[in-house]
Formats: sequence, C-alpha cells, structure tokens
Amino acid sequence: MANDESGALARFGVTDREIEQALGRVKVSTVDYADLYFEYCQSESVSMEEGIVKRATKSIGQGVGVRATAGEKTGFAYSDELTPKDLNIAADTARYIAESAQGTKPVPVTNRPALPRNLYPHDRADIEVATRDRVTLLNAIDAEARRYDPRIKNVMAAYNTEYKVMLVATSDGLMVGDIQPLSRLQVTCIAEENGNRQVGTFGGGGRIGLEYFQDDQRYLQFARDAAREAILNLSAVDAPAGVMPVVLGGGWPGILLHEAIGHGLEADFNRKKTSAFSNLLGKKVASEACTIVDDGTLPFRRGSLNVDDEGTPTSRTVLIERGILRGYITDKLNARLMGIPVTGNGRRESYQSVVLPRMTNTFMLAGESDPQDIIKSVKKGLYAVSFGGGQVDITNGKFVFSASEAYLIEDGQITKPVKGATLIGNGPEILTKVSMVGHDLKLDEGIGTCGKEGQSVPVGVGLPTIRIDEITVGGTKA
Amino acid sequence: MTRMIGEQDYTNIAQDLLSRAKKHGATAADVMVADGETLSVQVRMGAVDRLTKAREKRLGLRVFFDQRSASASTSDFSRDSLERFVGETCALAQAVVEDPVSGLPETGQYATEFPELHIHDATKLQTDQQIDLAMRAERAAFAADSRITNSEGGECDSSSGRIILANSHGFMGQYANSSFSLSVSPIASDAVGMQRDYWYGVNRAFAKLESPEAIGQEATRRTVRKLGARKVATCRVPVIFDPEVAGSLLGHLCSALSGYALYKGASFLIGQLGQQIAPDFVTIYDDGRMPGGLGTRPFDGEGLPTRKQAMVERGRLTRYLLDTYSGKKLGLPSTGNAARSIGESPSAGPTNFYMVPGTTRPEEIVASVKQGLYVTDLIGFGINMVTGDYSRGASGFWIENGELAYPVEEITIAGNLKQMYTNIETIGTDLVFRGRIACPTVKLAEMMLAGN
Repeated sequence: MANDESGALARFGVTDREIEQALGRVKVSTVDYADLYFEYCQSESVSMEEGIVKRATKSIGQGVGVRATAGEKTGFAYSDELTPKDLNIAADTARYIAESAQGTKPVPVTNRPALPRNLYPHDRADIEVATRDRVTLLNAIDAEARRYDPRIKNVMAAYNTEYKVMLVATSDGLMVGDIQPLSRLQVTCIAEENGNRQVGTFGGGGRIGLEYFQDDQRYLQFARDAAREAILNLSAVDAPAGVMPVVLGGGWPGILLHEAIGHGLEADFNRKKTSAFSNLLGKKVASEACTIVDDGTLPFRRGSLNVDDEGTPTSRTVLIERGILRGYITDKLNARLMGIPVTGNGRRESYQSVVLPRMTNTFMLAGESDPQDIIKSVKKGLYAVSFGGGQVDITNGKFVFSASEAYLIEDGQITKPVKGATLIGNGPEILTKVSMVGHDLKLDEGIGTCGKEGQSVPVGVGLPTIRIDEITVGGTKA
Repeated sequence: MTRMIGEQDYTNIAQDLLSRAKKHGATAADVMVADGETLSVQVRMGAVDRLTKAREKRLGLRVFFDQRSASASTSDFSRDSLERFVGETCALAQAVVEDPVSGLPETGQYATEFPELHIHDATKLQTDQQIDLAMRAERAAFAADSRITNSEGGECDSSSGRIILANSHGFMGQYANSSFSLSVSPIASDAVGMQRDYWYGVNRAFAKLESPEAIGQEATRRTVRKLGARKVATCRVPVIFDPEVAGSLLGHLCSALSGYALYKGASFLIGQLGQQIAPDFVTIYDDGRMPGGLGTRPFDGEGLPTRKQAMVERGRLTRYLLDTYSGKKLGLPSTGNAARSIGESPSAGPTNFYMVPGTTRPEEIVASVKQGLYVTDLIGFGINMVTGDYSRGASGFWIENGELAYPVEEITIAGNLKQMYTNIETIGTDLVFRGRIACPTVKLAEMMLAGN
C-alpha cells in the first residue's frame, strides 16, 4: 500500500510548503527534534439496553499537535484549527523550551516512504457502514443472550467504531500518513436468581470492520460468552485469601505481563530511573520458560500499527528472552537520550497529547507444557481465565489485576467457580515463579485499553496457560 | 490577526444549530458548547521537562425526533461543516429505536437564577511563574529529607473554560470556571528499594492554592514513610482509610447511586432507597452550590438548577443521583445531577459529594486500634458494582497497640461494599476538599487482608 501522506494532506487542507515552514520555525539549532502530527478522527457508538438500541453518538475531531524536544525538555502545543496562522502559533509555543527566536529556514520534508506493511486494509472502512447494520447486530445479541438462559435479566451491548487519519511530518525530513480503523463490540449480561445478581462480560474487536463480527456469527458467541459468565457467577463461592499457586488461562490473562513487566520496561521510566526494572538489563527477571515480546506488527490486532505516531515502523521487540531482560520499548526522545534503538513504540492518544513509549501487543511465547498437565500439577490453588483491569506502581513494582472468572483447583481438578478477586505481586519477582508454560499461546479478543499519564491507547496482550507457583490472592475467605 | 470568537458568537452558534436542527425536522434539541485554555508545566530534577499549551473548543448537539434521539460532537465550527454535522446527527437519530422515556426536561424546571459561585478566577499565570511554582515544590520535596533521591517531577497547571447550554425549550445558560493545580511526586530510596508518593493542591482560585513548599514537604513526608515496607500475614482486622482513600469509598457509592446503574440493575444498592445503609452517625451530602467547589456549577447538564441535598441522612439512603431520564425510569424526579460530556447524552453523577465529619480526631482513631491496618494507597479495579464485591491492592501501615508501627505493601483488602458501609465504626474530624468527592478518615470494623 502507498503511504497515505498525499491523501491525508488533502484532507487536512495543508500544503507541503506550510508544513515545511512550520517545522522550520520550530526546529532551531537548540531543538534536537520537532514534529507536526495531524489527526482527523471520527467515531461512532451505538448501544443497546433493555432490548432496544436507544443511543447513538458520533464524534468528529481534528487538529494538529506541534512538538519540540531539546535535551530532556519537551515543548508541546496543539490546535483544533489548521490554518498556517494556527500552525505557526503552535510552533512558537512548542519552541518556548528552546529559549530561541523562531527559525526562518523551512525544513524540507523529502523522505516519504511507502508504509512498511498494510496490517489493516480499510477498503470498507467500518465507519461508512450503515448504522442500521450495527443496530441489527445489537438486537440479535440481546435475543441470543436471553435465549441462553432465562435467568439473564438485562443485556447491554455497545458497538464502537473509529476511523482515524494521521499524518506526521518530522524535522528528520520524514512524512508519513496512515489510516487506522478500530472497532470494538462489548456485551454485558446481568443474571438474577433468588435475589442474587451477577454480571458477566465479553467483548472483542481490533483494526477490523463489521464483517469480523459477522463471520461465523461471532457476535452471537460474544452474547453467549457474556451470558455464560453471568450465569456461572450465580454459583460462585467466596474467593480464598492468601498466597497460593495460580494457573492463568490463555489470552486476556496476559494483562499480567502488561502490568507486571510491560510498563516497567517503557524507556521513559528507565531513563529517569524511576522503574523497579532500572539497571536490570541483562539480568534474570523471569524463569527460563519465559520469553516475552512486544509486537506491533500483527495484522488486524487492536494494539498494532503500521507506523507509530512518530512515523517509525512498528516492530517486534524481545523484552525478556528465556528469563533474561533484553530490551526496553522506546520512542525517539528516550531512544536518543539513552543511546538505544528506536523500537516504534512512540504513541499518543491524539493530537492533544505528547508521545510516550507505549506497548502495542505484549505476549509470552508458547512453551511446551500441556495445559491439562499444568492444572493437574496444582494441589490447591486458583485457575483464573478472565480479568477486569489491572494497575502497577512502576517505582516499587507492585502490580494488581482483578479476576472476573476464576475457579478453585483442588487436587488437580477444576472445581467451584469463585467470586472475583484481585491478585497482587511484585513485577521483577513474579515471573521467576512461572514454573510451567503451556503450548497454547492465545492472543486476547481485542478489548484492551492502556492508561498512562491520562492518555488511553488501544493495546493487545496474549498468554499461553501458565503456572505461577505463588502469588497473593485477595479473596475474602481465610 | 487571530480570529477571536466571543461569548456572543457561541450563543449565536448554539441558537443557529437549534434552528437548523428544527429545519431538519427535529422536534427538540439541545446544544452544549465548551471552550478552554490550558497551560501545563512539568519540571523534573530542577529543569523544565514538558510544557503544554492549548486552546480548544468543542460543541455537542443532541436531537430528538419525537422519541428517537442521537448525539454528536465536533471541534470544527465552520459554517459548512456545521450544516453537514446537523444533517448527520439527525440521520443518526433515525437509526435508533423509539424510547418512550426520552426527552428534554419539561419547562418550568430549568435554572433561572445564576448566583455568584466563585468558580472562576480570571488570574492569568505566566509560563515562567508556573515553572517557578513547580520548581519550588520539587525543591521543597528534595530539601525535606535526604532520602529523596529522585523525582517524577513537579507539575503546575492552570486552565479556564466556559460552558454554554441551550435547548429548544428556550433554556440558555452559561458559566465560566477555572482551575489551578500544583503537585509533586518525589522518589525515596534505601538499600532495599524505591518508593514513590505524591501530594497536590487544586483550587478554583489561584490565591487559595497551598504554597509549593507545603505541598513539597507533605509529598516527601508521605513518600519516605513508605520505605522499608513489608508484607504482613493474611488476617481479618480493623481497617482505617486515610482521607485520600476514604474518598474512593464515597466514589463507589456515587457509582452505585447513579440512576443509570440502578435502572439497569447494575448497582448493589437497588431497592435501598429509604433503607438504612450505614450506621446512624453517617450523613452524606451532595452540594452543587458550594462556593468555590470543584464540583460546583449553577445548572446541571440539562439546565436544571443544582442544589444541596442529603444523600444519606443518619445512615438512611434518602436519594439517588438522577437526571431526567434515569429519574423517569425509576419513577422519580431529577435531582439536578445530570452530568454531561460534550456530544453525549446525559448521565448522572455527583457535584461536591462529602461525608459530614465526626468528632474523633484521626490520631485518636489510630489509637483505638490494637492491631489493624491504616491504608494510604489503593490500586486496581477489583470492584463489582452489581454485587458490591470489593478486592483491591493496598499499602499503608500496620497498627500495633494504637500506633503506626511500620509500612506495609503487596497486600489486598477485600469485603463487600454494602457491608463495608454498614461496618463504618468511626468518622474523623478531618474533612478537607481536595476534589469533588471528600471524606474524613474512616474506620471500618474489619476487612479481610490477604498477604503472606
């Protein structure tokens, strides 16, 4: 596919000359790097509850963010107007940190490479699909969930779709544009029996269109899965409290990697030496069974990008190789300051936010164990297959993630479902306790959103079934 | 010359959109316009780290075609774009199903008086002034203790903005607000490891912001005391929440009291109106008219007047948080708690939401515990709003014989929110507003702590 730079330029109504002049204005000798990031984003959401699709919302936004970096300093300004005048004001504001008069020589932007790959063809951009098609799908979800079990009392579902056009022009002379579609379908069911109310959720998506959900009637499977979890939780017993072995199922439980080590390996925290992983490069931070990568190049995945928001092609970065900490994920600023490679992980929520090193799709490679054997190996513990959110304190390394579907393991057998509980551990330590890794690597369904410094970006995770010999489970039962 | 858009223009744009919507066949509509300016300064290790400056604007339109409705927002205010925008919003409304409960509030309910609420301070800070404030806060943090060896930096932000709301029933209201904040996040280290905490001030009036020195010193006090934290054994003990984390218990209460959560059956407080949900010494207010409050505003997201009202009175649940729609679903009038993001239909949320302080000083509360936990930080999202089940990562201090003995970390506390509110045993005297939700120190009779 061609670089979408020319199409994007036309959309933003900005000329090459204006871009080169604005870059010239900001890229003075004391500025190491500057970029302009243009963005147009249209999103639409339809939601269903009480059996009717009663809400539809649409949002349209566009603007430009201008950034200058000098040493460790970043100057940043943004505007929702794209006139040359507004571009120049933003450029002058961003340059403030350089304590220098405006530059006068335009920066030629001549490097306009083709996109390295086309991970998410957008021939049939989902945003163009009639809202009615999505409404039909949501209605069917309601019927399917209620059909699954009469104890399902309410079904809520939302279909969000986004169409983003970005164009980045940098003081390195690079200009690259991309179109980034993103869709997500989320189903929540509430089950009730004898006054006991429980909730179940399921969702998925990616850089895909409506047809993804229609294939094999996947949306109906989402409905059944949400209903199944709600019904299951009706019979859940109190979760245990204390240290015990935990088996994590494949897929979304990979949020463990995201919280426990992923954030700690983002370059900014390590440059500032505020991460519990600072100074651990080359050291053993996991058992030999663990190899963990961050990979932004997987087709159609929610965390994938053709190029990051600084125009760098995304890549596959080995974070941990057979237990040894190998690398950090970087953006241009931190890679330059630390003297390490740019990995294509410079991301931003929108033109209104600065670039930070962020994860894309983070997962552990498959091991050799049979998942059944992993469960059988546990005498008394927890088997957790679905999670809500997680969080980490980068500095002391303590992380949590909360199970939404989990079972007791007793004498190697999965027995009763338990109520949700938070698991807490120490990032640099937890993976040293991974004693078995299954051969069943699974990526998540495409629902992850990562928050950092108030910025949300879509991400993916993945995990094979693994056994953690001990972790603290925050249940209520002693 | 930069194109200046004055107040008048925005009210004109709002009226213009309403009449265009009508021309497209909409039977009712409302428009919300917001604009604002922000200057954010971050410093780290005595140098400027990041400077962000922006001015932005956005408008949201909601249209009704009888009982079908849709909402949309845009940042593009050009005439042609707005015409297309109105057309697309109206088309979107045709795609959804009729909802018999939908609609604007009836006339006669709207805010008509707009008293001075002290939520806008016109002070304009210079970039260098904000840099200086952030630098001083970070410097004070370093100066307060030699164990502060690193920093995530100091931050000083100022912002101001305006909200304009107009609808086809003739309501037109607007207000301006401002916010000034200062924070610092020092890192302390010892032979074992690093700990980070932070402290902050936030106020609508610049003159009322705490001094950078006071913020820096408090940040350091909170950080160094965490050094040497350890795990404790799994046990069931009394738990004291410091005011910062006690506020989160009220935050969960707000979520459970939202009319939307209630009518969807997604709240653990369904059917509890009029019931005792806490001991009789617990009283909780929501006050949208508190002068200078961070949640204060003259009218809510639908144009209805805000007010001061008891949510929990002597332990009895007296009200839900409602807008017109969720109120109708529950057969109740709006409580003036419509919250609104630009381009979204309303939801229901708190304004300034707080627990009335008790008579016991916080140190006396700690002294009352033989063995227990004093929580200062909570992480994670282990809260099930449908059941009230609660399980979160915690850190703080172990209490031994009425004193904070040593810091603890890597533990969880778990229970059920319904029981936790019932289990409130003591409320402190220390109510301070540092956000829209505020709570004094609170002691719960017991919770399950998971550790070693």
